[in-house]
Amino acid sequence: MLKISCPFCGPRSEVEFAHGGPLKDQRPEDASQIDDAAWVEYLTVPKNPLGPVRERWWHVRGCGSWFTIARDTRSHDIIDEEPQS
Amino acid sequence: MTGLNRIAQGGLVDRNKTVSFHFNGKIYQGFEGDSLASALIANGVQLTARSFKYHRPRGIVGSGYEEPSSLVELVGDEESGNQPITRVQIRNGLSARSVNCWPSPDFDLMAVNQYFAKLLPAAFYYKTFKWPSWHLFEPSIRRAAGLASAPAKLHHQGHYETRNAHCDLLVVGAGPAGLSAALLAASSGARVILADDGLETGGSLLGQKTSIDGMAAIDWVRQTTAKLDAMDNVTRLSQATVWAYREHNLLIIAERAPAAENVFQRSWRVRAGQVLIATGAIERNLVFAHNDLPGVMMASAIQVYVNRYAVKPGRHAVLFANNNSIVAVARDLVAAGVKIVAIVDSRSDAQALPEDLIDIQYYRHHVVQQCRGGKRLRGVTLRNCDNGQTFKLDCDLLGVSGGWNPTVHLYSQSRGLLEYDSGLATFVPGKAVQACQCVGSAAAEFTLQRVLQDAALKTGVALSALGIASDNASMLPSVDAEAPYQIEALWHVDVAPKLAAKSFIDIQNDVTLADVHLAMREGFEAVEHVKRYTTAGMGIDQGKTGNLNVIGAIALKSGFSPEEIGTTTFRSPYVPIEFGSLCGIREQSVFLPYRHTPITQWNKDNGATMYEAGARWRRPGYYPRAGETFQQTVNRESLAVREGVAVYDGAPLGKFEIKGPDALKFIEMLYSNSFANLKTGMGRYGIMLSEDGIILDDGVTFKLAENHYFMSTSTGHADAVNQHMEFFRQTHRPDWQVKITTVTTQWANATICGPKARGLMQALVVDIDLSTEAFPFMAMREASVAGFKARICRVSFTGELSFEINVRRRDALALWETIMDVGQAFDITAVGSEANHVLRVEKGFLSLGHEADATTDPYDLGMAWIMSKNKHDYIGKKAVEIRRSGKKPRRQLVGLIPDDPDELIDENAPITPGGRRESAEGFVSACVWSVMHKRVIALALLVNGRERMGEKIYIRRNGKVVMAEVTAPCFHDIEGKLLRS
Repeated sequence: MLKISCPFCGPRSEVEFAHGGPLKDQRPEDASQIDDAAWVEYLTVPKNPLGPVRERWWHVRGCGSWFTIARDTRSHDIIDEEPQS
Repeated sequence: MTGLNRIAQGGLVDRNKTVSFHFNGKIYQGFEGDSLASALIANGVQLTARSFKYHRPRGIVGSGYEEPSSLVELVGDEESGNQPITRVQIRNGLSARSVNCWPSPDFDLMAVNQYFAKLLPAAFYYKTFKWPSWHLFEPSIRRAAGLASAPAKLHHQGHYETRNAHCDLLVVGAGPAGLSAALLAASSGARVILADDGLETGGSLLGQKTSIDGMAAIDWVRQTTAKLDAMDNVTRLSQATVWAYREHNLLIIAERAPAAENVFQRSWRVRAGQVLIATGAIERNLVFAHNDLPGVMMASAIQVYVNRYAVKPGRHAVLFANNNSIVAVARDLVAAGVKIVAIVDSRSDAQALPEDLIDIQYYRHHVVQQCRGGKRLRGVTLRNCDNGQTFKLDCDLLGVSGGWNPTVHLYSQSRGLLEYDSGLATFVPGKAVQACQCVGSAAAEFTLQRVLQDAALKTGVALSALGIASDNASMLPSVDAEAPYQIEALWHVDVAPKLAAKSFIDIQNDVTLADVHLAMREGFEAVEHVKRYTTAGMGIDQGKTGNLNVIGAIALKSGFSPEEIGTTTFRSPYVPIEFGSLCGIREQSVFLPYRHTPITQWNKDNGATMYEAGARWRRPGYYPRAGETFQQTVNRESLAVREGVAVYDGAPLGKFEIKGPDALKFIEMLYSNSFANLKTGMGRYGIMLSEDGIILDDGVTFKLAENHYFMSTSTGHADAVNQHMEFFRQTHRPDWQVKITTVTTQWANATICGPKARGLMQALVVDIDLSTEAFPFMAMREASVAGFKARICRVSFTGELSFEINVRRRDALALWETIMDVGQAFDITAVGSEANHVLRVEKGFLSLGHEADATTDPYDLGMAWIMSKNKHDYIGKKAVEIRRSGKKPRRQLVGLIPDDPDELIDENAPITPGGRRESAEGFVSACVWSVMHKRVIALALLVNGRERMGEKIYIRRNGKVVMAEVTAPCFHDIEGKLLRS
C-alpha cells in the first residue's frame, strides 16, 4: 500500500485515493478539430512505461482533489511530487 | 504427571500449573508455558502428522514457525486450520487434531499412497489427469492432498480488529538483536514498535544456555523487556507476527492474543520510518534417505526442547551436521541427560570436539546415508566419506543441522537484494531498497557478541536516518566467548536414485531429491520453474527449511553456483494468516454497508420486500399483501400508477449542484444535448457519454438560476458521474470557474404519480398553482407542500403525470406519512422498483445496465435527437462519430411482442437467426407483464432492429426457441400526452 502525498492534505495511505491512470495531455479545446487517427491514439493508447510514469490520483476519501505524481512502476518509489497540473 | 520425557527440573514452564488438552481425541497434560509440541514430546507422542502427498508418518521437526511437518487444526470454539504444532500454546480445553490424516496419524487410510509413491512423482497430477480436463479431477485431488479445511462455522463471540499505527522505528523480533536495538532506540527518544511472535521475548536466547552481562540470558531478557515496557514511547506486541512487508515501509502484523476482551486477533498496519528486521535465522535440514521419519529433528529444536521446555525428545541421540553449531547442542543434551550415541560431521576439515565433549564418539567426514525405522526412528546408517564404508548405529533421535539461513523473508518482500556468501553457504542480505536493515543473525551474524554489536551499529544508522541523536550511554552487554561459526556446504548426501526418492528436500510439500532431478531432466532448470513443477518451497512453508537445499541440489546437478541460480521469491504471508484478521471488523453487514433512505423503516414496517437499487442503496422492490402472488402485487402496484395515484421513494437518485460562471459551459461539455436555451425553472433530460463514446449516465438537469444548476443522475452511477465530472473539471479545465457539490443525501424525495396525482397534490396543500399551464412538464418549482419546504419537479419515469417532491432529508418521513394519510381518500398505493420497471418498459424508457450496456450509443437507442448537431464538441462526440463512420451494422433498441402472451422471457436471452445455435444478433434487455396490454412485452437490442418492424425473431432460452414480433420500443401513450398533462 503506497504512501501518497496529497498536495493539500499531506502524506496519506493509498486507501484514501483512487488511481486515475497515466497522465495524458490536456483535452483539446475542440476535439472536432483533431485528426481521427490522432484522437483514437489519444483515447486508447495510454502510456505504460516500465520505470517512471506521471500519473493521476484522486483523493476521493479526502479532500477530493485530482493531482499528479511521478511513480517508478518497478519500485513504487514516488520520485517527485508536484501540485496538480 | 505431565509425561515420561519431562526432565526433573529446569525449563521456562510453570510446573505449578498443570494444563489438560485434547490431541487427536486423546487427553494429555502439560504445564503452562508448554507449546503443543513440547507437551506432546513430554508425553512421548512421536507420530503427530501424515505428510501432504504420500501420507508418510511424520513427527515434530522444528520448534517455531519453521516447523515443516506437523500442522494441526484447532477444533471447538476457536476453530482454525494449519497451525504449526510448535506455535500452539496449550491451555485447558484446547482441542487440536493433525491435518492430512483420517482417522488418525497412526492409522491413516490414505497412507496407502506411500506404497504408490513411485507412481506419484513431481507433476504427476498434471501429467495424468489431463483428459478430458484437469478440472474434472481437481476437486478430489485437492481433497486428498490438501491441508486443513476452512472452519465450518463462525466464532460464537468476539471479533477481529484492525489498527493503523505509525512509528519511527519498527523492530521485528525480540531476540538479542531486537531487544537491544529497541532499547537503544527507545532510550534515544524514538517512537518504537517492537513486535515478537513468541509468547515471551528472548527469541533464540530462550532455547540456549548462555549469559549476558554476567547474568543468565533469560534474566537479561526479562530485565530489558521490563525496561522497554516502562517506556511510554515503546509499544511492545507479543505473539505478534510481522507477516508482510509492503510498499513505502508498510508492514502488517497479526497480533494473536491482544489484551482486549472479545478480540480474537488484531491486525496492525504499521507505517514505519525505519525498520530493523531482527528475525534471526532458521536452521537448514539435511537431505538423506528417510530423513522424514518421526524422531528426526532440527538440532537447534532439540536444544530448545531440553532447555526451554525441559523435555527430552529421545533417549539415544545421534547428531548430524555440516557446521559447528552442533557443539552447543551436544553440550546441552549431555547436561539434560540425553545419551549422545555419536556426532556425525560431514566436514572434511572439522576440528576435534572441545575437551568437555571428548568422550562422545565423533565421526568426522562421515554422513548419515539413511534412517531406519517404520513409524519411528530406530537407527541410522552412516557412510565414511573417505572410503565409502557403511555401518549402522541404533538411536531414537537424530538431530540434524545443515547450517543456518538468515530469515530474510520480510527483507526479500521489501525487495531488498540477496547475495550468496560461499563462506557461510547461504544467501545474505545485500542492498536494501526500502528504509530497512537486517540485524543480528538475520544479517548472518552467528555469534552472540557479533549480534549485539551489529544491533548497536545498525540502530545508530536507523536513528541517524531519522534525525534522532543516539544515546551513547548504552554500553554493549558483555557475553561469553564463543567460537566463530564454521560450515562446509552439504546440499544433500549422495545416495542411489532409489534412496533419492525417499530423501526429502521439502518436507512440507513432500518433494524429494529425485523430484528435483526429474524436473531438471524434463527441462525445468531455472529455480522458479523447479519450484512450480515440484511445488518445493510453496504453500505455507515458503521455503523456510528446504529452499536453499533445492538451490544447492540444482547447483550440484547443473554445475552452476548457487549464486548463479539465485533464490525464488519469498512471498507474504510469512505464516498462515486467518482471513478474519485481514478483514478486521469489516464482516457481514459492515463489510459494504447499505445506504438507507429516511423511509426505510416505514417500508419495512409496511411489509416491503427490500432490494438493492444500485450503489448499495436499499429501496422497496414491492409491497406484497396477504394472499397475493408476486405478479399480482406488481400488477396491482403498476395499475395504481396507470389508473389511480401512487407514491414511491426516490431518495437514492444521485444529485449534484453545479454552480459558477462557467457552469453552463461545463454542462454543455458533459451532456450530448444542448442546455444553452434552458430557461430558469425548467429542466431537461440529458445523456452523458464517456470520452470513448459509451453512455455513462442519463438524468434531468434543472436550471435553478443563472449559473446555477441542479443535476440528477441514476442511483447506481452517481459516484462514477462524480468522478467523471471532477476529473474533467480539475484536470482538463482547471481554469473554468465551476463548483460541483454532491447533494444526494441532502435531498430525499417522494414521487407522486398517476392520473390522480394533481388531485392529491392539491389535497396536500401546496402553495403554488399546479395547473399544466403554470407548472408544465419538466418544470421545477420551490413550494411549501403540507408545510414542508420543497422543490417539486415535474419529471416522469413512469409515463404518467408525476410530481417529484424533494424535501430536506429530516422532513422526508413526516412528508411521506402525510402523503399516505391524505392519500387514503385517493386510494393511494406505495409502489416499489418492480412496478417502476414494468412502467418504464411499457414506455420504452432506457435503463442503464439494461439497454445502455456499455456498447450502445444514443443512436442505437433511437435517440439521434439527443446528439446535438449545433455543438462542435462535447465529451464522447468524436468517439461516437469515429465508431459509426465504419457503417457496421449495429444493434438497435426495439420492442418485442412474444408469440406466447403469458410466458416471461429471461433478461439477456439471446436472439439468433432462425433460432439456430449460432452467434447472436441481439438479446432481450427487459421483459415484463404489461398491465396495459394484459400480456408479456419486451425490449431488445437487435441488429438493424429499426428496419425490421413486424419481422419475427427467434429467442433461445433453456434449450427451446420462442418467437416474437419486432415492434417499436414504446407500448403506451406513444405521443407522451399523459406525462405532459
